[in-house]
Amino acid sequence: MLPWKLAVRYFRSRPSSWLAVAAVALCTFIVVVVLTVMNGLVSDFKEKNHLAVGDCILTTDSLVGFPDDPNWLALLESQPFIEAVSPAVFGVGLITQTGADWNIAVQFLGIDPVRHSAATGFGRSLHYRKNQPHLAFVPSYAPNEPGCVVGIDLAGISRTSQGTYLHPLQPVPIRLILSSFPLTPRGAMARGGTDLVNSKTYYLADDSHTGIPQIDGSMIYLPLEEARLLAGMDSPFPRISSIHIRFKPSVGLQEGVEQVRKLWTEYLDSRRNHPYFNLLEAVRVQNWLENRRSRIAAVEKEQTMLIFLFLMLGIITVFIVFVIFYMLVGHKSKDIGILQSIGMSKIKIAQVFLHFAALIGFCGTLLGAAGGCLFLVYINPIENWLFERFDFQLWDRTIYAIGQIPNQIQPVFLLNVGLAAVAACLAGALIPAVQAARKETVEVLRVSQV
Amino acid sequence: MKTIIEAKNIHKSYPMGKQTLHVLKGISLKVQTGSFTAIVGASGSGKSTLLHILGALDKPDNGSVEFEGKNISNFSAAQLNRYRNQSVGFVFQFYHLLNELNVLENTLLPAMITNGPTGYLKKKKELQEAAAALLERFGLGGRLRHRPYELSGGERQRVAIARALMNKPALLLADEPTGNLDSKTGSGILDVLKELNRGGQTIIMVTHDLRIAQMAGEIVHLEDGRIVETSKKS
Repeated sequence: MLPWKLAVRYFRSRPSSWLAVAAVALCTFIVVVVLTVMNGLVSDFKEKNHLAVGDCILTTDSLVGFPDDPNWLALLESQPFIEAVSPAVFGVGLITQTGADWNIAVQFLGIDPVRHSAATGFGRSLHYRKNQPHLAFVPSYAPNEPGCVVGIDLAGISRTSQGTYLHPLQPVPIRLILSSFPLTPRGAMARGGTDLVNSKTYYLADDSHTGIPQIDGSMIYLPLEEARLLAGMDSPFPRISSIHIRFKPSVGLQEGVEQVRKLWTEYLDSRRNHPYFNLLEAVRVQNWLENRRSRIAAVEKEQTMLIFLFLMLGIITVFIVFVIFYMLVGHKSKDIGILQSIGMSKIKIAQVFLHFAALIGFCGTLLGAAGGCLFLVYINPIENWLFERFDFQLWDRTIYAIGQIPNQIQPVFLLNVGLAAVAACLAGALIPAVQAARKETVEVLRVSQV
Repeated sequence: MKTIIEAKNIHKSYPMGKQTLHVLKGISLKVQTGSFTAIVGASGSGKSTLLHILGALDKPDNGSVEFEGKNISNFSAAQLNRYRNQSVGFVFQFYHLLNELNVLENTLLPAMITNGPTGYLKKKKELQEAAAALLERFGLGGRLRHRPYELSGGERQRVAIARALMNKPALLLADEPTGNLDSKTGSGILDVLKELNRGGQTIIMVTHDLRIAQMAGEIVHLEDGRIVETSKKS
């Protein structure tokens, strides 16, 4: 009762306490804003990668792929924990336009668009055929011609300075010639001597926007069988590069992956006599995070660095609180002596200062978090306004694949930041509070009399 | 008459640079219940140190203090806090009030400590009435919500006396209670102390002023850390 009463009175009467509140509020504000944006960017990036890969993937590093076994795919599709399965053929090649003297190195992915949309976010990434994957490879301006889907940045769709893609009403009628180098299962050039390069012409049917620059800037999607021909994976037996799997919503990621691993191990055991068993052996069963680890790790590393920097900021706050309380205990020596002289225990005296620190932490957190939330709610309009007035953008949308600045406020995160701020204040006030409690009554009263 | 507090052969030294200052050199003193004792001596004679030791604000190097027959040197920290809170009341020369609290709250401080949060909330009204009555008795009825810095020196000292008496301690210890006041205001404070003593309150007062000491029933003269004379009014 008394420690709280005194803490509240000290808090109200000391200007330095408002300085400490301001320091805590500022720190909380920065942490809430920056980490919310950073966490949003990381989650967004992860989600985009998740959509691109599916929940689970069986893949190999080899460009020659591994044997495509319809029985294995059927086995996977019959599993009660699996929602969808999509085999894919991956290859690299060169793309050019009829009559043009340029070419660009690209990657291509052969898919069944319906199956692939069921297993990944492919259908949602389309623009003209959004959620109509069965029409993905049908050019609207030439329905009987072979079509392809091109990564949005490769398609050359222009962007506004705020990052919005400016699509024409219909896909631009472009004929693209894709050339690839077919490989045998052993990795040698297929059809050597006569036909070293496979080339095929496609009409641009749509573009795909996954939000992952590496994919959007270099990927061309083709029908599965055509990609197989281009990559030479049609002979001497059909091959694929990966199998994308989506689990049923009730199935946990790791649980599903473990079950697929078990099935794959059993399948592998039954295929030991296959002439290209080595290709099957090279297949890895990964969840989407493991598969995209190299890309995601870089972003997560930045996030960790940022958290570390904020830890430093937290230490500075602890130090500010420490300095303020150190001075405060010096100024309040007389009060400490008086309280001791009327029988207040040392613990209760320490509590006065710790309660005071908790009040500072609470008020600072409240102000900082409220300010942070308010700022986050208006962060996109503020950025738009800054861009219109001063041509300033946090991220250049013509370079970065970011639409809106993420501003999803997480209540649990806010609670954690608040608790950390109060804990930082208590940590900063702990030594001065102990010093206050250990003061000798007589010394304190004698000095204050002087 | 019953002895309320007894100091036996008290020694106290303080380090002063490389030397040791021997402030009290074997003080023995008995104070009777209901008495008014003045400890008088020149500055540095050790009178405040003796008062602090009697009130358990300081510890003797040697010797013991017995309060109502119990040796306070053997008290635990909690017992010492209880002793300072309930058995003795302190009045200091410089009042020592908390500026953040008003007059009523300053007076209530010892009761808040005694009762703890729940006890205080239960008895809040009763305790506030008791504190207000005490302040009324000292002529501060209209000043309950004022802050210490809004009061005169005499008023502040009366608040300090009210605070010291809030828990009805058996012993009131006053360290130069008029030392910071003009003679007229000081005399008013002495009247308050005299009236309290007439009501049965045991008081030990430290002063350097022999004229002030004359109003006490017993005068203990301290010189260079020793009691040189004890005189009683008949």
